[in-house]
Amino acid sequence: MSLPILLIFSFLIISVVFNALGTIGLHRFPDVYTRLHAATKCTTFGTIFMTFTVIAHSVRLYVITEEGRFLNMAIHTLLALVALLVTNPTGAHAIARAAHIVGIKQEQAESVWFLTEKDELREANLQQTEPVSTDESSKSSEVK
Amino acid sequence: MIELTTALYASVIAIVIYIIICSVRIFLGPTVADRIVGFDTLNTMVIAGMIALGAAMFETLFIDIAIVYAILSFISTLYIAKYLEGGGS
Repeated sequence: MSLPILLIFSFLIISVVFNALGTIGLHRFPDVYTRLHAATKCTTFGTIFMTFTVIAHSVRLYVITEEGRFLNMAIHTLLALVALLVTNPTGAHAIARAAHIVGIKQEQAESVWFLTEKDELREANLQQTEPVSTDESSKSSEVK
Repeated sequence: MIELTTALYASVIAIVIYIIICSVRIFLGPTVADRIVGFDTLNTMVIAGMIALGAAMFETLFIDIAIVYAILSFISTLYIAKYLEGGGS
């Protein structure tokens, strides 16, 4: 087995394994933020390696046969990679921000959320809204 | 020795199984954000599967559809998150 084929197979195996890890993490973690952490990072990494697989496969076939359609497919897959890199972390950030603003708590009470002294997103939101919600949210955070 | 096309088809089948497992999270999720996380993961899996299927069949059209699907799923995720932000407060 030659070196390019070995490279393509290893990319494909990395892709499938990391997508599997993301799917398992989506079910094994306790709350939204850890699920988002597992699912988004692992599936983005896995899908990036899937595009690497297809790019390497197409470039190899182009070098062998010198037909233009293989190079065409490599360029289109590169565009898909760029679209994925731009859109996927931004979407994950939007979900985490929305979950934090709505007030979904972390599962275990002793985890990072309650040990954090400073919550800049919540402070920025409180400055925008009325002072009534300020009292309510500070009271609820003291109770927790 | 395994053909590379066969391996790509096998990875497509594996990704379809992952999509089914992700949709279980969409049905089970206790909060709305859990369902959105499952949906976002499912969209990424669909993109990966489409790219692999396009490479296995040598159809560049599938990869174009994967690009458009990535952008549209990004927009839908952003607007669902925006709706969730506005609806909670």
